[in-house]
Amino acid sequence: MTIDMSQFISVFFDEAAEHLANMESLLLKIDVSAPDPEDLNAIFRAAHSIKGGAATFGFTDLTEVTHVLENLLDRIRKNEIILQPEMVDVFLQSGDVLQAILASHRDHIDLDRAAIASITATLNHLVENQPIAAPANQSALTLIISAGEDFDAVQLNHELSRLGEIEDYEPGDVATPWLYRLKTAFDIQKLIDSLAFVVAPERISIESSADMSQDFGLFLPETEEGAISLDEGYGFFEPLESSTQTASEDDGYGFFEPLPTSANAQIPASAPLQDGEGYGFFQAIKPTTSTAPVATNQPIEMPAPATTRVPNERATDKAVDTSIRVSVEKVDQLLNLVGELVITQSMLAQNALQLDPVLHEKLLSGVAQLERNTRELQESVMSIRMMPISFVFNRYPRLVRDLAAKLGKQVELKMIGDNTELDKGFIEKLSDPLTHLVRNSLDHGIELPDVRTSRNKQAQGTLTLKAFHQGGNIVIEVSDDGAGLSRERILAKAKERGLNVSDSMSDNEVWMLIFEAGFSTASEITDVSGRGVGMDVVRKNIQSMGGRVEIQSMQGIGSTMSIRLPLTLAILDGMSISASDELYIIPLTFIVESLQPKSSEIKTMAGRGNVINVRGEYLPLIALYEIFNLKPKINSFEEGLVIILEAEGQKIALFVDDLLGQHQVVVKNLETNYRRVNGVAGATIMGDGHVAFILDVAALVKMAQHVTPTELTAMAA
Amino acid sequence: MAKKILAVDDSASIRQMVSFTLRSAGYEVVEAVDGNAGVSQAKSTQVDLVLTDQNMPGMDGLTLIRTLRGLPQYSATPILMLTTESSDAMKQQGRAVGATGWLVKPFDPQKLLEVVRKVIG
Repeated sequence: MTIDMSQFISVFFDEAAEHLANMESLLLKIDVSAPDPEDLNAIFRAAHSIKGGAATFGFTDLTEVTHVLENLLDRIRKNEIILQPEMVDVFLQSGDVLQAILASHRDHIDLDRAAIASITATLNHLVENQPIAAPANQSALTLIISAGEDFDAVQLNHELSRLGEIEDYEPGDVATPWLYRLKTAFDIQKLIDSLAFVVAPERISIESSADMSQDFGLFLPETEEGAISLDEGYGFFEPLESSTQTASEDDGYGFFEPLPTSANAQIPASAPLQDGEGYGFFQAIKPTTSTAPVATNQPIEMPAPATTRVPNERATDKAVDTSIRVSVEKVDQLLNLVGELVITQSMLAQNALQLDPVLHEKLLSGVAQLERNTRELQESVMSIRMMPISFVFNRYPRLVRDLAAKLGKQVELKMIGDNTELDKGFIEKLSDPLTHLVRNSLDHGIELPDVRTSRNKQAQGTLTLKAFHQGGNIVIEVSDDGAGLSRERILAKAKERGLNVSDSMSDNEVWMLIFEAGFSTASEITDVSGRGVGMDVVRKNIQSMGGRVEIQSMQGIGSTMSIRLPLTLAILDGMSISASDELYIIPLTFIVESLQPKSSEIKTMAGRGNVINVRGEYLPLIALYEIFNLKPKINSFEEGLVIILEAEGQKIALFVDDLLGQHQVVVKNLETNYRRVNGVAGATIMGDGHVAFILDVAALVKMAQHVTPTELTAMAA
Repeated sequence: MAKKILAVDDSASIRQMVSFTLRSAGYEVVEAVDGNAGVSQAKSTQVDLVLTDQNMPGMDGLTLIRTLRGLPQYSATPILMLTTESSDAMKQQGRAVGATGWLVKPFDPQKLLEVVRKVIG
C-alpha cells in the first residue's frame, strides 16, 4: 500500500508558519540576561516540531537548518550554553530563512541557497565557538560503523584521535562492521557530527560502555539479528510475547533483563549506568539503533533532552483542540446566505405591517421572533470571519526592533487590545497602511536618544499600537511620544505647492494636508519628518475599506494616527436618498454634511457644469439624475438637497431629491451578478424588495472633476 | 471489530498522517493533541494501542504513559512512543514509565503499520 503524504503538506505549512511566528514573538520578548526557561522550551519546541514535520515530508533543506538551530537551542535551554544577545539576532534571521524555505516549497519558487548556507554556517559557528561543557570524566565509548563500502580509515583515525583516545580498533569490510573503542570527553552527538564528513552518519552508532576497565574482547554477536537491522527505526522494550506490563515487573525485568527474543525487537541495552547490575555485564558490542539515525531521510538525531518538559500552555496550543479550519469561501457563502435571509426577513416584516394586528397576532409575533433570530444569526456568522488584530500587530515587534536598531533609536513598542477582533478581509488589507504608519512614527516621529534627552524626555521613545471597538467601528491607533507634526512647516509646504491654505486653518485641517497627494513627494516637510510620504496612499487604502484616518498631534509631545474601520465589509451603514423616484444608498463614511442650497450659492461655469459655494469654499456640483440619465423630477436646486461627499481628499456636492434615512444594508456585489457600472459600488435589497444601488463615491468624485482645484481656489479668492 | 488506536501528537500534520495511515489499514483511530487530551480520550474510550509523541505542550509523552499505566484499564495496553528522540536516555525513560516500545520520527507509513501489526495484529 502506498500512502500519499502530499495531502498533509499544506497542514504542515500552516503549522510551521505558526511555529515560526510563535518563535519570533518569543525571541523578541526574551530577556537575554535572564531568559524564562519556559520560553526557551517553547522556542526549542517550535524548532523541534518544524524539524520533525520537515523530515517527515522530506524537506531536507528545512530539516538541515532546523537541526542546527534546534541543537543550539537545546543546549541553551539545558544551560550548557549561555544565551548571548547576538544569538537572538541569529535566531531571528534563522526564522526568516526558514520562512523563505517554507515559502519556496509552498509556492514552488526558487530557493536562496546562499542564505541557507550562510545561516547554517553562522549557526554552526555559534555552536562550535561555545565552550563545550565537557564531562568531568572521560567516558569510554564503542563506535560501530556498520558493514558496507569502504571509507577513508586514515581520515577517520585522524578525526577520532582529535576527539579522544583510540583504545582498540577492529577493521571491518562489506560484511563485518568496523569497531573502534575510544575514550573521549565529548558526547555522542558531537562525535557523530564530527565524523559526518568521513562516514555517513547513518552508518555510525555509538554505545557508551560504562566501564572499560573490564576486560573483554570486541566480538560482534553473530546471531544478534537485531544488531543488523539498523534501519528498523523502532524497538520494543520487552518481548512481545509476554507483554503484560504488570507481570513484567516480576518476570520480565529484574537482574536479567530479557534481551529481545523476538527477532525484531531491540532493546536499547546500553546505559548500564542506571540499572548497572540489571542486565548483561558489558554485553559484547552490540550496535543498538539508539544513537544511529536510522530512517532513510532522517538527519542526525540530537541527544535527548533529558529534562522533562515544563508544562507550557499557550493560547495557540490550546486553540488546536477547540477549533477547526474552514475555507474562507465556505464562510463567505454562509454570510451570503445570511444576507439573503436578512433581506427576506425584512421583506416579510414590511409586508406584515399591512396586516391587522388583532387578526394575525400569532403570525406577527412569529415575524418578530424571526427578526430577532435573524439578527443573532447574522451576528454569529459575521463573528466567524472575525480574527484578532494580533495577526497584524504581531509583525511589528520585529519591524520596530529592526528599524529602531537601524536608525539608532531606542523604542519600546506597546500593544494594547491586540485581541480586538475584526473582519478577516481587513486583516490582510490593514497591514500595509499600518506598517506605513509605524515606520513613519519610528522614522520621523520618535527622536534620536540624545535629542530626546535634550528635550527632557526619556531616551527611549514609546510607540503604542492600540485597537478597540467604538460604536459600530474598530479604531486602530498608532501613537508615539515623538516630535509631533509641525504646523508651520506643513503650511509652508502647502503654500509652496499651491494648495489652498491659510494661517487661520484649524490644526486638524492642517494635519489633513499631509494626506494630499502633493505631499507625498521626496521633498520633506520638516527636518525629521517627511510624514507626508505615501500618506495619500495610506488614506486611499483605508478608504477602500470604508474607513477613515484621523490625526492628533502636538509638537514636542507626539502624534496619534487613528484608523477607523467599519466592523465588516459585507454590511454597511448607509444613507438612503432619492433621485427621480429611484433609491440610492450612500455609504455613511463619505458623507460630510448635507444642506439645502440657495440659488445664489450656485454658479454655472460655461460648458463646465455647476459649482456651489459652501461657506466660502467652491465645490463642483453634480446632480445624481444627470449621472444616471434619469428624468429630473425637481427642476430647481432649492427644492432638493445637496450632500457634500469627500473621497480621497476631494470634496464634491451631490444634488439629490431627498434624504430618506439611515440603514444598515447587506452589500451585494454587482459585478458578480451583472457587470461593473461606473459610479455604482454595489447593490442592496431594501426591506420592500426594491433593489437600490450603492454609490461609489470615489468614482463620483472623479466624474465631478470637470473643474480643477485651482479654478475653484481662484473663484474663492 | 477493528482495533482502536489512540494517536497523540501536538502536530496536526503528523497526527493526520498517522491517523490516515492507520485508518487506511483498517484501524479505528482516535486523536488527541497533547498528553492531557490523550488521557481524557483514553479514559472515555478503551483503546487497544496508544501511539504518542514525546515533545508536547501541557503533558508530554512520558507523563502520559506514566499516567495511563496508573489506570487499571491501561496497565497492559501496548503504548508506543513515536518520537524524534531516539537516544538511550529517552528510551530508558520510556521503559521506566512503562512504554512498550518506540518508533522514530520521521516515520515511514509502512514501518508504522508493520510495528502496529506486531503489537496488536
